[in-house]
Amino acid sequence: MAESAAPALRKPGLDAKLTRRLVAAGGIIALLVALVAAVQSGAIGRGNVLYDVLVDPFVLMVQAPDLLVQTLWEGFVAGVLYALIALGFVLIFKASGVFNFAQGIMVVFAALSLVGLYEILTVRMGLPSGTVAALLALVGAVGVMFGLAWLVERVVLRPLVNQNEIIMLMATVGLTYFLIGFGEWVFGGNPKVMITQELGLPTGSSQFDILGGRVNVQHLDVAAALIAIVMIAVLGFFFQYTRIGRALRAVADSHKAALSVGISLNQIWVIVWFAAGVVALVTGIMWGARSDVSFALEIIALKALPVLILGGFTSIPGAIVGGLIIGFGEKIAEFYWGPLLGGGIETWFAYVIALAFLLFRPQGLFGEKIIERI
Amino acid sequence: MRAPDNPVLVKGDVLLAVEGVSLGFGGVKALTDVSFDIKKGEIRAIIGPNGAGKTSMLNCINGFYHPTEGRITFKGKTRPRMRPYEAARGGIARTFQNVALFKGMSTLDNIMAGRSLKMKSSFFWQLLRYGPAMNEEVQHRRVVEDIIDFLEIQHIRKIPVGKLPYGLQKRVELGRALAMEPELLLLDEPMAGMNLEEKGDMSRFILDVNQQFGTTIALIEHDMGVVMDLSDRVVVLEYGRKIADGRPDEVKRDQRVIDAYLGVAH
Repeated sequence: MAESAAPALRKPGLDAKLTRRLVAAGGIIALLVALVAAVQSGAIGRGNVLYDVLVDPFVLMVQAPDLLVQTLWEGFVAGVLYALIALGFVLIFKASGVFNFAQGIMVVFAALSLVGLYEILTVRMGLPSGTVAALLALVGAVGVMFGLAWLVERVVLRPLVNQNEIIMLMATVGLTYFLIGFGEWVFGGNPKVMITQELGLPTGSSQFDILGGRVNVQHLDVAAALIAIVMIAVLGFFFQYTRIGRALRAVADSHKAALSVGISLNQIWVIVWFAAGVVALVTGIMWGARSDVSFALEIIALKALPVLILGGFTSIPGAIVGGLIIGFGEKIAEFYWGPLLGGGIETWFAYVIALAFLLFRPQGLFGEKIIERI
Repeated sequence: MRAPDNPVLVKGDVLLAVEGVSLGFGGVKALTDVSFDIKKGEIRAIIGPNGAGKTSMLNCINGFYHPTEGRITFKGKTRPRMRPYEAARGGIARTFQNVALFKGMSTLDNIMAGRSLKMKSSFFWQLLRYGPAMNEEVQHRRVVEDIIDFLEIQHIRKIPVGKLPYGLQKRVELGRALAMEPELLLLDEPMAGMNLEEKGDMSRFILDVNQQFGTTIALIEHDMGVVMDLSDRVVVLEYGRKIADGRPDEVKRDQRVIDAYLGVAH
């Protein structure tokens, strides 16, 4: 009796789940069959909304695979760069629980420091323009980001330790406006040109003939993707396998316990903000090279929000996968479905993807599910 | 049980001295003029009814709180404001009343985190995880594995501690504190919420740590049987004041202690 009763008790739960899935799958298959039948019989043809939305884009993908490859490549590059921006947020959020509103302006500030230092070195100090001056400026810009991290810890974080999250958020909003004002005062408000070539980054593009068409690849995009991947790998490795990485994770988990084993919160915060600053610098170089270095670049930080919603605020793999999903998603949506809405859906489509995800996984793809014993 | 001629009677050096410590939060006085000392090599218990200020005392000792009055001398040095990581650097380790672990990290990583202060290789080598950093990692890993063996938690080495049952979490927390090779180990209710068997294990570990490594231990505990068995000397607090101090059998007979625990007939 008891033996047969136990599985019977467990089964209904499993069955209900399985049934629900089967019904959903069956429904989708039935819809697809109906759609194919309708297209075959000519009931839904070109010009019909259903045809344009559900059939035409896929027909185009199959008929012109070279365009699909081109779109996917652009999506990949955009995705890797989004991941990089999101990483800056994740680093700081993990270690200090602060949503750093200033991450976007840090990107601008880092890029401006780099270009500004290069100008000072070449114009005022008379160094010959070229790689040497550019690399010196790069080292200088890294130094500036370290100084910023140190100052932020000293002036903003330390006095506000243990304050409410909303107060910390407001502090970073304040930091944003300070950096805008300070940056304009020091570097001026005019857009500047990123020193792409001087830094040794490739320009130009190559064409590849594949799949009966031509795919165009910008060399800068290749470099950007490679550098971003290396950067993400190094940071991930550092967090996972070194003493300081372990200390960072420890601080993220429990301030109290971290203090008791002798980890200095102040030191960790400086390191984290510095790491986020270096990420901001790399991001600034890559995005600056594609357009101008100006304060308008700040809004790319807003692009990181949907990535963070997808990936969860505390997960580095989440930032990477989230970035790629958003990158692929928005480029494909723009190219294949954009014309139906008059184009330009790229700017807001990321938020649609994020919203759809929020409905099903509020904690994000890799976010920590909060389990608490009661 | 310890023989009466153990360190209790042998005069050890004073490792930590608390002199006239008071601690107030706004209008609330958590501690008032408390003085006692902890001698090297002993197990010192701090007991008292709920809200007596036991945890506040521990927090003062390891630098989470700063006494409003009085001073704490550790290894002959008095520091007016000690930060927690300075206390850790000086050799004070602790565990918490309601376990504070790094829940997302494995048992191994948690205990490795306790080695943070002992690891010295520079940022640069760590970035490469090569050369000095690698040797260091290996060497400290060996110490950590010894601690894991000692506490008999080999089977949970790789499990994120958030998933472990409470009793084991307490044991991992003890392991993390031991990894610091402390001179003074502060245990805040190491046996709270444990069943009889787990309490037995924990008592054994505490005694072993004290005897094998010679670590001085200060512990807060509610289970009177455990306190009487383990400790060499006992401090009793009530409403933030010290009401008794001495050997367990002396304290047990003290009228004020009996009143504090059982209440006084008015």
